[in-house]
Amino acid sequence: MKHTLRQVFQSGKFLIGFSIFSFILLVVIIYPRVITDPPLQIIGQGTFFPPGLYVNVYDSLNTPYYTLNLPNATRNRIASKLSDEDRQAIKEWLTAVGISEDQIDVENTAQLLEQWANNYDPTLRVPGMTNARRNYFIRLNSSLSRLLATEGVSIAVRNEETGELEEIGAVTQTDYVNASQVPNVRLLLLGTDNFGRDVLTELVVATRVSLLIGIVAGLVATSIGLALGLLSGYVGGVVDDVITFITNLFIVIPSFVLLILISFSIGQNQRGPITIAVVIGFTSWVWTTRAVRSQVISLRNRDHVNLSKLSGYSIVHIILKDILPYIASYVVMALILQISSGIIAEAGLSILGLGPRTTEVPTLGLMLYWAMIYQAHIFGKWWAYLPVLITIALITFSMNLMNTGLDHVFNPALRD
Amino acid sequence: MKGYRKYFFNKLVWFFVTLACAFLLNFILPRQMPGDPVAAIVARQAQGMSNTAGVQAIYEQYTELFGTSKPMYEQFILYVRNVLQGDFGFSFSQYPRTVLDVIRSALWWTIILQFPAIIVGWLIGNSLGALAAYLKGGFDKVLLPISIFASSIPPFGIAMIMLVIFGVTLQWLPTSGGYGFDLIPNASWSFVWSVIVHYQLPFWSIVLVTIGGQAIGMRSMSIYELNADYVKYSRFMGIKDRKIVGYVFRNAMLPQITGLALAIGTMVGGALVAEIIFSYPGLGSTIFTAVLGQDYPLISATTLIITIMALLANFVIEIVYGFLDPRIKAAQAD
Repeated sequence: MKHTLRQVFQSGKFLIGFSIFSFILLVVIIYPRVITDPPLQIIGQGTFFPPGLYVNVYDSLNTPYYTLNLPNATRNRIASKLSDEDRQAIKEWLTAVGISEDQIDVENTAQLLEQWANNYDPTLRVPGMTNARRNYFIRLNSSLSRLLATEGVSIAVRNEETGELEEIGAVTQTDYVNASQVPNVRLLLLGTDNFGRDVLTELVVATRVSLLIGIVAGLVATSIGLALGLLSGYVGGVVDDVITFITNLFIVIPSFVLLILISFSIGQNQRGPITIAVVIGFTSWVWTTRAVRSQVISLRNRDHVNLSKLSGYSIVHIILKDILPYIASYVVMALILQISSGIIAEAGLSILGLGPRTTEVPTLGLMLYWAMIYQAHIFGKWWAYLPVLITIALITFSMNLMNTGLDHVFNPALRD
Repeated sequence: MKGYRKYFFNKLVWFFVTLACAFLLNFILPRQMPGDPVAAIVARQAQGMSNTAGVQAIYEQYTELFGTSKPMYEQFILYVRNVLQGDFGFSFSQYPRTVLDVIRSALWWTIILQFPAIIVGWLIGNSLGALAAYLKGGFDKVLLPISIFASSIPPFGIAMIMLVIFGVTLQWLPTSGGYGFDLIPNASWSFVWSVIVHYQLPFWSIVLVTIGGQAIGMRSMSIYELNADYVKYSRFMGIKDRKIVGYVFRNAMLPQITGLALAIGTMVGGALVAEIIFSYPGLGSTIFTAVLGQDYPLISATTLIITIMALLANFVIEIVYGFLDPRIKAAQAD
């Protein structure tokens, strides 16, 4: 046993897979202890806030200002409102209203903006321009106002009695606040999802739930597979015939179809994560049964088994002591595969809309489902689906690697 | 010929037995649903429907169609008779279309998409796997981790990534649908071209998914065969390498064909989800809309059709396998 373990951990592939898996496990365990926000709390009013550091504007007005004279500040400010694309669009408009191209210099911001101010007319209908494009120009125009202003802005409060604005402070263009002095700052590393929930916190909990689903599904499938395989292989006769018939039947009937039928029949309210996991387990034991059966048949008539039989040991004893150790490596590998395919099956079911009910816990599949329903992938909101996909891929990749590593250790024919 | 006829006959009987069992499951499973399914379904449906005459028609149609008040075996006979006549009733979510009508329009999209894609992926995957086993060294070292990683990305993941890269970022190919939304199906060139363009992303994403798994299997199988005694013996005999590779490839191929027959059900499941990502108008998207609309008759009928398709594909592969496997040929000679 010790020797085998050492051999397993010397396999590079197993080690890489094991490290990735342990890393994911560690994150799933440690993260919720450090950041204790409830994962499904809706914090954002709106959909798909991009990843980044969110600083409270109100609080930052009340923190001390520092004056920093940074050389690129003005250029950055202009660039954030006026991208290269916008400059080309302005050029397009200007040429459309009849200014020759050599008079337009897209790099010269001051001149470009002056030409724009003189020539832009929102009521003008340029022939061949779509409505969407017209609206774009209207938006562009409003974002360009005061772009080149150099004075600051004032902060005012409304007097409750007179209803007039009273200036209480001013902000110049060179004022900075120190983000660590602002009392309310929230780092949303992966932004928010379509409901306005913190994606990273949700992802960590979802990974935990999905792993749990995978493990339960894998354990259920492997136990059924092992029990039926042992029974069918060792007992033989009618029992074997019946089990083989059922196994062959469920191999050709697509298990995914069974999953869909059962999940739909259970109904939305009864579908918790564990129920889904058990259903997945119940539909994916066939391969294990088949493989265990064929291995047990080849073991059944070995000398050491016959010897135990002659010595009068019970069937349970023979199976535990003389047969299980020989197929243990295979069963472990099957378990690992079942876990990863269980996670994928849950995700597939959820994408169909048949995943666990949505009110209590997130799962990786549910996150994908909502991202897909809100078309995050079409609108380029990568943070809503890509981290989820990467997490699923990493989990399955690490498990497949561990499996390949184990295969190399236990199956000498595959060694280099 | 006698041996093959027996083999064929065996497979045919097995096909009908599995079909009967699948049919039975399709009948029994949904009936385990708690409560009166018809009343529950119609009540749920009636909330969203303004057409009260339609609700009434559905309710009467289904109590008659399912005969829920009758004993189980009578319901089963009723079910068999209806299905044999192709009568699956009305679709809830797309009333007044019938379920048969909905499925008929979706079925061809799925068949034309999935089977070529799975076969192409299977061929490419097996060639790559055999090549990796034969060449070893650098090619194998690169290909194996890539295939393991590729087969780790679930089918829907590959579909989403391809959609984002080629459909959204590069804008080479359309992101959804089976043809342009501004077209009506007809025999014109622009329609055919639109179908071909829309076909690419779902097709290649299914191919990619299939390649990964097949390459790994074929590699292990080929390495196993390359170390077999008959290969060493052939080498001692001085038989040309090319000819030995032919033997090895053939022997490694046979289990892969059985593997394809057995895995076709799983592959179809993955491909169905890929269809949803691309909103391809096939059976996968049909299930998706049926689940959204709580359209029970449509789900039941679609799953039955998919099962029959998978069973048929399995049957055809096994028949072809009978021609290829020398052991069955040997039985024919007796």
